[in-house]
Amino acid sequence: MRRARLPLRRLLAKIAPMSRPGRGSWEDNMTEKTRFTRRTVMAGAAAATLVAPAVVRAQAQTLKIGSLLPRSGFFAQAGQSMHRGVLAAPELLKELGYNVEIVHIDTESNADVARTQAERAINDGCHVLTGAFDSGHTLAIAQVTEQRQVPFVVNVAAAPQITEQGYKFLVRNFQTGGQLVTNGLRLIKDVMDAKSIKFDKAVFLHANDTFGTAQRNAMDAIWPRVGLPIELVEKIAYDPRAQDLSVEVTKIRSINPDLVMCVTRASDAIKMVRDMVRQRFQPKAIISPGSPGFYDEEFYQALGPLADFVLFGLPWANPKSNMTQAFEKAFAKANPNNRFAVDSFNAGFAFEGLLIAADAFKRAGTTNGPQLMEAVKATSIAEHVMIGGPITFDAKGQNPNIGSALVQNLKRVPTVVLPKDVALAEPVLPLPAWQGRS
Amino acid sequence: MFWSLYANVLVQGVLTGLVYGLMALGLSVIFGVVRVVNFAHGEFAVVAMYAAFVLFRSFGIDPFLSMLPIALAFFVIGYGLQRTLINPFVSRPEHEQFILLVGLAIIMVNGTLMIFGPDARSANLSYSFDSWEIGAIIVDKVRVYAAIAALAVASLLFAFFRFTDTGVAIRACADNLVGAAVVGLDVKKLYALTFGLGLACVGAAGALMVTLTDATPMIAPAFTLLAFTIVIIGGMGSMTGAIVGGLLIGIAEAMASVLIAPSMKTMASFGLLVLVLALRPQGLLGRRA
Repeated sequence: MRRARLPLRRLLAKIAPMSRPGRGSWEDNMTEKTRFTRRTVMAGAAAATLVAPAVVRAQAQTLKIGSLLPRSGFFAQAGQSMHRGVLAAPELLKELGYNVEIVHIDTESNADVARTQAERAINDGCHVLTGAFDSGHTLAIAQVTEQRQVPFVVNVAAAPQITEQGYKFLVRNFQTGGQLVTNGLRLIKDVMDAKSIKFDKAVFLHANDTFGTAQRNAMDAIWPRVGLPIELVEKIAYDPRAQDLSVEVTKIRSINPDLVMCVTRASDAIKMVRDMVRQRFQPKAIISPGSPGFYDEEFYQALGPLADFVLFGLPWANPKSNMTQAFEKAFAKANPNNRFAVDSFNAGFAFEGLLIAADAFKRAGTTNGPQLMEAVKATSIAEHVMIGGPITFDAKGQNPNIGSALVQNLKRVPTVVLPKDVALAEPVLPLPAWQGRS
Repeated sequence: MFWSLYANVLVQGVLTGLVYGLMALGLSVIFGVVRVVNFAHGEFAVVAMYAAFVLFRSFGIDPFLSMLPIALAFFVIGYGLQRTLINPFVSRPEHEQFILLVGLAIIMVNGTLMIFGPDARSANLSYSFDSWEIGAIIVDKVRVYAAIAALAVASLLFAFFRFTDTGVAIRACADNLVGAAVVGLDVKKLYALTFGLGLACVGAAGALMVTLTDATPMIAPAFTLLAFTIVIIGGMGSMTGAIVGGLLIGIAEAMASVLIAPSMKTMASFGLLVLVLALRPQGLLGRRA
């Protein structure tokens, strides 16, 4: 019995925070007033086993962050792009005085896997989760983090309901779908004013998937309110699994709009431009009001000079921010074969998600879920990577200060052309002729 | 000008349909003789696309030329695969064949993902973006070349089965396996030849596809499904049926894009599939079992 008592006493001695104020330590009380029986030893051991991980978690000196991204499967291209940002983060965060350990987790572009992996990450001791690029995956993870009371910092996911369902352990450092479209459309007006160019007719082409349909719905709601002096002639939904977009482009060509607005992914954007060139269709401008596609490396690789001069309005890395420049250096070191300019959207938001978590940990001084979450909600980071005001969160956990930029491909480099205070070049409009470029 | 819209769309549907037909031809040939459904069909096509991409990027070989060595390599692979891995499964239940080929498909998808990554890869030929303007109709050069090449490969295959002794022997195996064995035909060898020919078709079609669309690992299941749809519409085991099915799918998808909505074009091909299954279950040119 004496032999059994010693290890337990040592273990209990480690659980100092369990002591009740004013009544001496738990160990003293036990020594003075209680005699160990087999039953109390078993109960104590069981309690210690249950409590120990939480205590260890609360006392950790390093924040363990689970980075959940779709690094394989349908969203692999974007997931890998974000992952490169995550790989670049630890060194810069260390320079900034943050201690973090990042666990890289693949959600395999599958919401069920995302949910399971979130559970596993928490069981393996992750104090905070970040992710998850896709809104469906993000919502699946949010259910787990809410139940387990672990903070979840959403880096990219636009579905409005993510911050509308009352989650207490979630914040989002990304625009909602509606904000993406609103800001994208405002930027179209800005560029029309800046270049004194007029678009009479427009066509809106979008993928018929979750993201594309959400953007279409946002467009339906927001277009009349924005008051653009353009007639939106037709909205065309296409199947993202289609082998080409030749028929869609033929249809657009028969309408002959000045402006083509589109919501695409990279592979669809390639198909669209390729078929426009083949069919000799030359609009005045191709602008994406808030979608990926035009700034992926595969787009530049596949189209070469034909990738130039398309425009997209999106939250983007601020090229004039010191933090962005520091992150760009860290990115180049961690990913020597990849261009920061191309990855800056995905990598920038991936980094900011980690920065938010690390900063909250530094202020909270604990990894205890609820306390850490309080610190996350109280975030105020003025110097960061993406365009916009300080990173803060409203009552719903949404960062309301994220800005958008109009970006144009110039010599195969996505370049900020509006707003003027962060622009690196003047926008080029109307779209130069396809012929003679390649 | 509405007629020009429909005329353009119809031309695109026909040209795309011919390449679809070639891709499905391999599946139909293998099933028609060996009676094994190649569930890794699309994955083989994607591997061929990557092969054409690598040959173009590394050595500058045009996919319309590299389709020949790729088809030859796929013939050897198919022959070897049938002799070693698939032959023991020929007489086993379909679900075991299914597991084997799906396993093979998963290995190929993940293999290409590991080697090439998830990004779309394309062969940027000097004439990739060229087109001919014939009145109001615009025709892509690569689409025309791909359709002509598909017709040429299909014609060669038809000629092989019709005019060569080996082709006739393979057809004999397909018609009456017991009879073929009784007269002394080497059925195992003929099966391996057939599987090789089927994969050669897929190899050629993959090389042609890379001129029309980009290679990504994730496109493979869509190719398999497309080939199945075509073969079922045309008639399982019928070579002419595969080409006719491909044409029908190409035209149906293109016309549905204009008449209904572009996002509904897949629905049109499956609608056609349901219609054929309901009215003529053996397929348009298939023989009743």
